[in-house]
Amino acid sequence: MGYTLVFGDLLPYWPVLLHGLIFTIVLTIVSTVAGVALGTAGASARAFGPKWLDWVVGAYVEIIRNTPFIVQLFFIFFGLPAAGVKLSETVAAFLAMTINLGAYSTEIIRAGIQAVPKGHIEAGESLAMSRMQILRYVVLKQAFQKIYPALSSQIVIVMLGSAVVSQISAEDLTYAANYIQSRNFRAFEVYLVVTLLYLLLAISLRAVLRGIGRWSFPKA
Amino acid sequence: MSDFSFWVILSNLLLATRWTFLLSLIAFVSGGIVALALLFARVSGKPWLERLTRWYIEFFQGTPLLMQLFLFFFGVGLFGIDVDPWIAAWLALTFWTSAFLTDIWRGCVEAIPKGQWEASDTLALSYVEQMRYVILPQAARIAIAPTVGFSVQVIKGTALASIIGFVDLTKAGTMLNNATFRPFLVYSLVALIYFALCFPLSWYAHRLERQLNVAR
Repeated sequence: MGYTLVFGDLLPYWPVLLHGLIFTIVLTIVSTVAGVALGTAGASARAFGPKWLDWVVGAYVEIIRNTPFIVQLFFIFFGLPAAGVKLSETVAAFLAMTINLGAYSTEIIRAGIQAVPKGHIEAGESLAMSRMQILRYVVLKQAFQKIYPALSSQIVIVMLGSAVVSQISAEDLTYAANYIQSRNFRAFEVYLVVTLLYLLLAISLRAVLRGIGRWSFPKA
Repeated sequence: MSDFSFWVILSNLLLATRWTFLLSLIAFVSGGIVALALLFARVSGKPWLERLTRWYIEFFQGTPLLMQLFLFFFGVGLFGIDVDPWIAAWLALTFWTSAFLTDIWRGCVEAIPKGQWEASDTLALSYVEQMRYVILPQAARIAIAPTVGFSVQVIKGTALASIIGFVDLTKAGTMLNNATFRPFLVYSLVALIYFALCFPLSWYAHRLERQLNVAR
């Protein structure tokens, strides 16, 4: 009872795969930028903001980090409309990814901020730098340099996690796989090919992030 | 349509939570066993064995867990075996967990000073004896905190098994939502239950980490 793998049945569907691939890439890029921005704001608020803000951001971080991404996605896509906020599946996917990465990067960047010696902040003050200038040029610059590798791996994890957005029919790479296998019934072949595409995507993303790191933080 | 009160929804979700808990536990234990075996290969010093383990880790860390679930679900079926979502979820989560745990534990083993390896070498211990009596007991101390931390990822990972039809907490939430049309309530409760499962573990992992840093 041998089974012959047939990959030829995939060929007619290459535009679908390409469309999914591009969607996943764009989704990753946009939510990475938004998520890291959110994380930077969150970490700065926790480190330098008032006590109550620290508490609020802390609660946000813990809630997101201790619940599955798919439940967050379902809550945003199915739950929020019941509360009067209607979102398209694409917007819901972007939002869920951003909120998710925002929580993780808040925690990562905060660790970097804590590692900046207090003397550096005092030195900035003695140079009459404003609070924002100290945050921007003294604290965050050093913090990002320290935590860049951790942040990079979190971004790759979020990219891989984005496969789940297919479940609310956002048209990503996994959605393309589901679509194709429902047409040609070559489920295993499709998922194998798409899995390898994700692997390729993860390896390239890591390389790109390494490149960005080298360009942003020259020296060692 | 039957009438679902708040308590009916909650009790059904809690009943489904046992399957989330059980799948997490089984996947974590079997993943840990596989990871221990892989760890011996990963730090064996034999280049081909280390390269093979590195590829294994790279594959399972570099692809979505959802895809791995699909591959096991549809892949095992190719051999004419009727696949239960339980089996597919267990297999996929075991492989996925083992890849991450091997990597975490490798870091812990590499944190052990080289002198420990050399000293046990001079005592003529075999590789397995070195690992068993010298390296692993010391590495285990550092490994506990990140391992507990990773168990949270496993619990969250089991939520994806709902997609291949495993009736866990997430799947029960989807089914209850379809029956009640109260998504806000249902998914809030689902999130709350996951939080109740995961947060104590996160907190404990964090505390262990702090203790270790103080001890050092």
